[in-house]
Amino acid sequence: MDIFLQQLVNGVVLGAIYALVALGYTMVYGILGLINFAHGEVVMIGAMVALTVIQLLLASGVPLPGPVVAAIGLAAAIPTCMLLGFAIERVAYRPLREAPRLAALITAIGMSIVLQNVAMIIWGRRYHSVPSLLPVTPHQFAGATITDLQIFIVLLAALIMAGLLYLVHRTRLGRAMRATSQNPEVAGLMGVNINTVISMTFIIGSALAAVAGLMVSAYYGVAHYVMGFMLGLKAFTAAVLGGIGNLGGAMLGGLLLGVIESLGAGYIGTLTGGFLGSHYQDVFAFTVLILVLVFRPSGLLGERVTERS
Amino acid sequence: MLETAQRWARFKRDPRAAWAAYVALAVLLIALPFVTDWMLGRTWVRIVAFALLYIMLALGLNIVVGYAGLLDLGYVAFFAVGAYLYALLASPHFGLHLPFWLLMPLCAAIACIFGVLLGAPTLRLRGDYLAIVTLGFGEIIRIFLNNLNAPVNITNGPQGVNLIDPIRLGDFSLAQPHSIAGIAVPSVYNYYYLFLALALAVIFVSIRLENSRIGRAWVAIREDEVAAAAMGINTRNVKLLAFAMGASFGGISGGLFSGFQGFVSPESFTVIESIMILCMVVLGGMGHIPGVALGSVLLVVLPEALRYLGPLQQALFGRVLADPADLRLLVFGLALVLVMQLRPSGLWPSKIRRREFSAQGEEARHERESVYDAAR
Repeated sequence: MDIFLQQLVNGVVLGAIYALVALGYTMVYGILGLINFAHGEVVMIGAMVALTVIQLLLASGVPLPGPVVAAIGLAAAIPTCMLLGFAIERVAYRPLREAPRLAALITAIGMSIVLQNVAMIIWGRRYHSVPSLLPVTPHQFAGATITDLQIFIVLLAALIMAGLLYLVHRTRLGRAMRATSQNPEVAGLMGVNINTVISMTFIIGSALAAVAGLMVSAYYGVAHYVMGFMLGLKAFTAAVLGGIGNLGGAMLGGLLLGVIESLGAGYIGTLTGGFLGSHYQDVFAFTVLILVLVFRPSGLLGERVTERS
Repeated sequence: MLETAQRWARFKRDPRAAWAAYVALAVLLIALPFVTDWMLGRTWVRIVAFALLYIMLALGLNIVVGYAGLLDLGYVAFFAVGAYLYALLASPHFGLHLPFWLLMPLCAAIACIFGVLLGAPTLRLRGDYLAIVTLGFGEIIRIFLNNLNAPVNITNGPQGVNLIDPIRLGDFSLAQPHSIAGIAVPSVYNYYYLFLALALAVIFVSIRLENSRIGRAWVAIREDEVAAAAMGINTRNVKLLAFAMGASFGGISGGLFSGFQGFVSPESFTVIESIMILCMVVLGGMGHIPGVALGSVLLVVLPEALRYLGPLQQALFGRVLADPADLRLLVFGLALVLVMQLRPSGLWPSKIRRREFSAQGEEARHERESVYDAAR
């Protein structure tokens, strides 16, 4: 029972991060129908920029409390990522809006390779260790151990997601975004400036990515120039699991994927009598994904897609 | 001016010209390893042989993506299945040394089974859902290859399988240099000629498939699945067939890869590799055989050629400004983005596709413009 609760807690923390990244994928997909492969790289660059600022601050010797340093790092990473997301859309995707969808996909892959290698040239090939800025005092909770960092990650993620839901469902911009995702042409006729909406989508998604980047690097204590790729894949998987294009789906999918992964890692050994070890946690995640899609082909919360009209 | 154009048009229609072109191409392909070796060195003969291998692989994926329009991001799984099958059945790892002629059909058959295994549960999925499931499937295969060394050692885990038997055709071992009619033929050349022959066979099969009833059924499904079903095409079987065919091409290429390399490890079968193969298909021109071949050759040769970035900098600036290993992939990524911006339907798209695309583009642009006018 203790292991179960502990893995559940770890899973929720991981899931909160996945959900933040998955939101970026799902928003872009909902509007453009494009898998933005470069999104994982935006997460990585967010982590790297935040880390660089944090290291500079710590090296300068200014006595600031840890959380303030982390906040300053984040404050530097968010605008950088917003700018990056805006630039990616402008340079790489906008010219291809009328092109076949696979052309845009290949461009996204190309952008991902470019960003990864630019990051490698700037920050080098080595693993950067992330200093722990938040107190990691463990709290005992019904047999499971939770650190302040974990609580903070979950709370911040929840806050951001609530903010995003408010933005999308209660503001003018949100209404424009929903209209554009339903039908760009008609939205344009109704006076929505589609280009602005698409740019804003990328900017908001990238801001979430920056936060997720700092979270994931602080959680694992390490940052590396290829960290974005696998994280991006997992987050995209989460978005699909929940039903791509659906905000609630991305959140649910992210949480589920995180929980499934950590429970899988914790129990797969005992379930299979020690035959399969915890290396198989990714197999677990992907198998669940395949099973879910076999029975609900458009994800958990996705609308039933009728035959293409 | 007009006269030369007319003469050129007449020349193009002349069957003798076509024959001359084929003969020239054949001579070029036969002489290619000698010329490459002489001009660029032995490593480049190897790279050219790899390019041929990737042509086979990409043509396999072309069936799934190009013809049937099913986006597969885990294609490398079938390549891995073929490669590991060959490695396990023809190496000291299990002490088995099956002959090439038995292994190739086996690679194709087992990969085909895996293709159906992946295809069957995913038939209802569309577009990007299918993409992510295939991607997950590819990862599952790789993770199993990586971890099936305990408790029973099957794949030897991350270390991979070593000392794989080189390809032997009867008594003719491709790993040894031979002397044919007084001309010395080193080992790499043998592989080049084998791959050339097989690549031509795969191209032939692809062309025949494309023009067959099945090929037309695939294209119909790609264009509109509902309409295809209404025309009496059994979409389930035809899609499964596309998966199976594509997978068996991948399996055969995998077996050849194993025999050529002499070593396999799970490292060679990551998601990136799947994505690369997809890039070959899309960059060249989906569904168009010469385009796909061009894409494969480019994507194999380009990263290798970019290794010369170091010496180039030395020559231009007198010193190496940036590590060529760092720049290589960067330039590669930029090239992908740039090509897609300039030629969204691929470098060498089929005539039909080009026509469709330009018409569609015109029409769509027209519509868009009016929409944006209203928006302002």
